[in-house]
Amino acid sequence: MSVALSAHPFAPEARLVSTRDVAWLIGSLLIVIAPHATRAPWWLTLLTLCLFGWRFYFSLNRAPLPSKWLVLGVAMVAMLGVWIEYRTIFGRQPGILLLMLFAGLKLLETRSHRDAAAAAFLGYFLIVTNFLYTQTIPTAALMGVAVFAISATLVGLAAPQRTSPSNLRTAGLLLAHAAPAALALFLLFPRVQGPLWGLPQDAYTGMTGLSETMSPGTLSSLAQSDAIAFRAEFEGEAPLQRLRYWRGPLMWDFDGRTWTIGSSFLVNFEPPKGGRQTHRYAVVLEPHNRHWLFALETAASLPERARMSFDGQIVATSLVRSRLRYELVSVIAPDPDTAEDPGTLRRALRVPPGYNPRAVALAAEWREASRTDEEVVERAIGFLRQGRYVYTLEPPLLGRHGVDEFLFETRAGFCEHYASAFAFLMRAAGVPARVVTGYQGGALNAFDNIITVRQSDAHAWTEVFLRSRGWVRIDPTAAAVPRRVEAGLSRAVPEAELRALMRPELEWLRGMRDQWEALAHKWNVWVLDYNPERQRDLLGSLGMRDADWRTLTAALFTVLGLMTLALLAWSLRRIKRPDPVQRAWRAFCLKLAARGVERSPHEGPRDYAARAARALPAARRAILRIGSLYIGLRYGAQASAAGIARLRRMVRELRLT
Amino acid sequence: MIESLLARAPRFANWVYGFTPPERGTVVLVHRRVYIVPTRLGWLFGATLVILLIGSINYALSLGFVLTFLLAGMGLAGMVHTARNLARIAVSAGRAEPVYAGESAQFRLYLDGRAAFERPAILARHLRSGAQLVVDIAPGALAEVVLAVPASSRGWLALGRVMLETRFPLGLFRAWSYIEPDARCLVYPRPERSPLPPYTAEAASGAMRSPTPGNDDFAGLRGYQLSDSPRHVAWKAVARSGDMLTKQFTGEAAAQLWLDWALLGAALGVEQRLSRLAGWALAADRAGTLYGLRLPGVEIAPGRGDAHRGACLQALALFQEPGK
Repeated sequence: MSVALSAHPFAPEARLVSTRDVAWLIGSLLIVIAPHATRAPWWLTLLTLCLFGWRFYFSLNRAPLPSKWLVLGVAMVAMLGVWIEYRTIFGRQPGILLLMLFAGLKLLETRSHRDAAAAAFLGYFLIVTNFLYTQTIPTAALMGVAVFAISATLVGLAAPQRTSPSNLRTAGLLLAHAAPAALALFLLFPRVQGPLWGLPQDAYTGMTGLSETMSPGTLSSLAQSDAIAFRAEFEGEAPLQRLRYWRGPLMWDFDGRTWTIGSSFLVNFEPPKGGRQTHRYAVVLEPHNRHWLFALETAASLPERARMSFDGQIVATSLVRSRLRYELVSVIAPDPDTAEDPGTLRRALRVPPGYNPRAVALAAEWREASRTDEEVVERAIGFLRQGRYVYTLEPPLLGRHGVDEFLFETRAGFCEHYASAFAFLMRAAGVPARVVTGYQGGALNAFDNIITVRQSDAHAWTEVFLRSRGWVRIDPTAAAVPRRVEAGLSRAVPEAELRALMRPELEWLRGMRDQWEALAHKWNVWVLDYNPERQRDLLGSLGMRDADWRTLTAALFTVLGLMTLALLAWSLRRIKRPDPVQRAWRAFCLKLAARGVERSPHEGPRDYAARAARALPAARRAILRIGSLYIGLRYGAQASAAGIARLRRMVRELRLT
Repeated sequence: MIESLLARAPRFANWVYGFTPPERGTVVLVHRRVYIVPTRLGWLFGATLVILLIGSINYALSLGFVLTFLLAGMGLAGMVHTARNLARIAVSAGRAEPVYAGESAQFRLYLDGRAAFERPAILARHLRSGAQLVVDIAPGALAEVVLAVPASSRGWLALGRVMLETRFPLGLFRAWSYIEPDARCLVYPRPERSPLPPYTAEAASGAMRSPTPGNDDFAGLRGYQLSDSPRHVAWKAVARSGDMLTKQFTGEAAAQLWLDWALLGAALGVEQRLSRLAGWALAADRAGTLYGLRLPGVEIAPGRGDAHRGACLQALALFQEPGK
């Protein structure tokens, strides 16, 4: 039993932290900053760890904490270091790293329970900074552990005499009780589409994907990455691998080395007519910080908040900076659309003068020998097919006349070389041509029937304009190296060039990866991509159409109120209720006391009943019967439910006049 | 401000607190009597949640939302847990041993958890004196709280209002309840050390009926009784025989010391006269003499032993000057 003090013993500012509290705090903060440590410069990680260790040393030795000036000095030096490293201290990365450091500094001035609780809250805040970088399942699991540890620390602060295992149990119970409310809030809290204000400039760096230009090496370096570009879920049968051309940005302008999108404008969307086959599917696109969306072949519908450009490219109205889900209908081989603007066609014929003379000469030769554009195209395909071209991720470097060198000398390249050369040849021969970049293929996951398209599926092909058929897709890579399109990149490229997981023999490993990714996809769709639209869809399917924030808030408060009531019921469940016999007796005593016959503490029930019967002769019989019934129920051998009910009824019906 | 308002309107205060003091028997802290508000730490936690929410909206962080809502749910669950920690505790007051004015009365409260779970970190605080104690109630067990309340003046000291408070498990909420059990402690006058009244002619009023002390005839030995003064133990005989023996004097039956209110001048004042009488009573008790007490309107026949001393001191503690 502790000595009574006059200061309020629960005042957090008055209670000093124990070594155990410090150890818990440091441990849980270590879990939180572990992922940051991999991104921070080594010296900053080391400094933070030293600060943690220093604080623990102080606690073990019961030494006074360092002076405010020393802590301030460390902070200044660290900020200078960050400035030297990043040339700013206000960006996202330097800001977060400084916050991590401040957690260490905060510990150094943690004396009371209030400081410790504030440090724990800082820990909660640091958890969220991890999500700015990654929100994968492993990150979520690790941060779940961190939430658990920090909460146990808080429980430890509130109950210093308890053991750590019981504090952990309490924290677990609290989190378990929090889960239903968290779910309700997650689903029903009125969502607002961010951002609310401008984000730091470096907020969206590090996103991979196709770009606005294509030059030799662009796609082959992208294809080294097995990061996911998007996933597609088909209603019904998915198209065959060789037909899965996912159209991305179209390249119009060529300067001899690089293809660029050039100027573009939006047009009104008109769905194509006819078509051999339609596919309905949903795409979950990873953020790439660009406008364009990917569609299979010819899109026959337009997703929400998207427009159509003049060349049939679907573009979102805002940059895709978070994972985006959209639904599409695509048509395979629609009726030809042969109307095209003459200006556009002229643009599709432009070649830079003074480049690739041999290719220009070859194209002129084909033009001479052919009567129609189709014939020119066929000759070009035949040329590539018989040219014994090699498909490689590491093509040789090319000089000024890149197309010439590739076609006639090195004869080895990646799809951008084939597409670039073919489009150049077509334009030189007078056939309007453009380069299409995008993805080809994608792996069908056997576990959830979802096609996963990776950056390694990046591809480039061409489209030529034929007067009778409109724009027609020609894949020169498929002509030269058919295996690329039939079986995917890993079968077409020499094995030594592939990264471990892309190699064909590691099937079992890929099977595991497929399972994991099926799970990750569910995670993405149900957790990470729950946004205002999904919220509306979900509520619509529950019968709450056009729910505005008022409806949502009302629903939310109803659910939370019910949950709190359920929790309250739980909290009282394991507390003994007063004995019904005792309650009835108490009510009886109160009734008599109101008539001036108060039971004195030492008085037994028999004496009391006798005295009350004497004092209130009108109710004498009833009082005596209640007294003997109570004695029988309370002290007798057994108390029957009928007896209890009778006692309660008699007390209720007792009339004292 | 609210405190003073409640002090001026006791009926309103009773309605607010949910009971009418003092409360007899066992007091159960039903929900009506348990209040709960966020602590300063709780408000800080709320501010953290708001910042987390804004950050999650701004950066469209789904896991940020998950974290924010999980913590919000934890705060809500914590509130219920805090209320539960105090809910339906049965409080009963134990006996408080009499003390002398100037000492501390030791009030005992028994907190019966009446639950299958433990109730850690419960503070019992005596509001008037600030005496307080933190206890843990184990599952299904009873915890004893001893509140040391300073007793400044003689008479009955009522325990008064006691606050039970808890902030377990997270420290974000503070739940408390007031009780005012019917517990009181008898406070004797502060005893003043002074020599026993002299055996003089004043004794004519009856303070001393034997001739002179010490001249009593030694009459023999008898068996020792617990109430016998150590000065009357026949130590030589004890050393010889090993049995505790007490010397008996023939004059003893008559040797009665009357501690009389009238012996003390009115100049001393009531309290000081009572203090001196209390001091005499203790001294006489130590000496082992028979003594009686005479106060205006009260007379306690001569006697000795703990019960007699208690009766005398109680009479002194509760003495009211007649006509006042």
